[in-house]
Amino acid sequence: MDNGMEEAGNIMSAAVQQSKAAYDIIRERFGDAVSEFDANPTMPFFEVADASKWVDIALFMRDDARLKFNYMACLSGVDYMEQEQLGIVCNLESIGGPAHRIAVKVKCSREGGSIPSVSCVWHTANWHEREAYDMYGMTFEGHPDHRRILCPEDWTGFPLRKDYQVQETYHGIKVPY
Amino acid sequence: MQELGKAELNSTRIIRQDDNRVVIEKDLDTEYMVLSMGPQHPSTHGVLRLECITDGEVVVEAEPYLGYLHRCFEKYCEKVDYPGIVPYTDRMDYLAGMNTEMAYCIAVEKLLDIEIPRRVEFIRVIVAELNRIASHLVAIGTYGIDLGAFTPFLFCFRDREHILNLLEWISGARMLYNYIWIGGLSYDVPADFKKRVAEFVTYFKPKTVELQKLLTENEIFVKRTRGIGLMPADVAINYGWSGPMLRGSGVDWDLRRNDPYSVYPELDFKVALPDPKFCEIGDCLARHVVRAIEMEESLKIIEQCLDRMPEVDGFNSRASIPKKIRPKAGEVYARAENPRGEVGFYIVSDGKSTKPLRCKARSSCFVNLSAMKDLSKGQLIPDLVAIIGSIDIVLGEVDR
Repeated sequence: MDNGMEEAGNIMSAAVQQSKAAYDIIRERFGDAVSEFDANPTMPFFEVADASKWVDIALFMRDDARLKFNYMACLSGVDYMEQEQLGIVCNLESIGGPAHRIAVKVKCSREGGSIPSVSCVWHTANWHEREAYDMYGMTFEGHPDHRRILCPEDWTGFPLRKDYQVQETYHGIKVPY
Repeated sequence: MQELGKAELNSTRIIRQDDNRVVIEKDLDTEYMVLSMGPQHPSTHGVLRLECITDGEVVVEAEPYLGYLHRCFEKYCEKVDYPGIVPYTDRMDYLAGMNTEMAYCIAVEKLLDIEIPRRVEFIRVIVAELNRIASHLVAIGTYGIDLGAFTPFLFCFRDREHILNLLEWISGARMLYNYIWIGGLSYDVPADFKKRVAEFVTYFKPKTVELQKLLTENEIFVKRTRGIGLMPADVAINYGWSGPMLRGSGVDWDLRRNDPYSVYPELDFKVALPDPKFCEIGDCLARHVVRAIEMEESLKIIEQCLDRMPEVDGFNSRASIPKKIRPKAGEVYARAENPRGEVGFYIVSDGKSTKPLRCKARSSCFVNLSAMKDLSKGQLIPDLVAIIGSIDIVLGEVDR
């Protein structure tokens, strides 16, 4: 077991090891609410297994003195069609704190799924979650301003879903060309 | 005092005077008026609509509405192969095409895990920094126009023309270049390139000083921007601000130094921060000053790159481009410091297809603009124009 860990540690680059150290702190606090660490060399991440804990985890990540993930670089929606799931990927890092980065994935069911909103933790999430909703159709519980952002409000369907069919007409205008 | 307490409730404005007296203006309660600014409004720099709820001339709240230029770039990405996406990235931030191309190519190169020839890296940095200057010239010039100064605009566009000519010469296009390709460049630079870029640097150096005199030290301009649209550093970070906006709030953060890519670690440059002598940290003027300083720093970077760029006989800028671009399964988030802030690409590859499974563009001004609602509270309408101008939005990038 120890050998295996060491070997894995040797392959990991310094940046991934920093992310692993940050992950260990989160794992210690939240246990099974977070999944195993994925040492992806280009984007190390972990998944939130229990989505209802997401806001707590986010607050802990932002405010804990050892973590200080105060900057959300990006929040992307993703369609995991094979697993019948939608999800978000958040890229977090710290400005002025420890030099580490990590990505967090949260998933929900594809039909009528919802994810707790973290726009109260990082303001960046506010518009990004609106965009994710606009493009994928998952709802964000507790979002202060849950509307479409890029598409018109009366647009039907969610364009970035893999099985999206564009509507025939929009206000009498032919849509597909 | 009783009068004062009551006055603070509503319908009044209390103006505190220097000598411990107050002036109370009564019955100021007006009906709120909804004022729609844009989408066709010169100060919104494109097609942004602001729905302002106004109380007289004071903005109670301004809600931005976007999407007028939405082309669903991310949907195209699922239909086009990796190299085919490069021209689309140009059309996101059309004022800084080179920088956005570079960010995208870095992301795919990280997935592919390939080495880039040093000459290519230096050329990339030179064109990116030239483009940064061109973009800041537009930002500064149009900001002057927003606030009623027409002359600086002409000065800026005259100098920008030189850069666009240079970039047209090497890539064939003035704004939408498709020059930086995954793993290389579409063409090597022409023979005289170094000489002409060096000429431009020599020409432009005194012009930055001239521009400072013309605008940054201009009494009227300073009056319109100083102390307006203040943003504290911690709130700016929480809003995810980046680039000159974040540095304008006094946060020492530049991806070229904090998350270095390409050859930036070898180069000597200063991260532009506002000087409290000229402005208040976090106001519109600070953001303008950061852009002005950044142009000078970009010139320094270009000079160093010209010195260090290796000359290779018979250099083929396409030699290092993989024959078939099909990254192994994985995901990456890579970013670059654009003139407007952090532009990042989140790309997921399934390892089988030549098209990305997911390609999300993190737009810098989309995030910077999201603070508009907070920034606009309680501002006067003319100040609102100053604030939008200082964010320096490009709607092509906001809406993607």
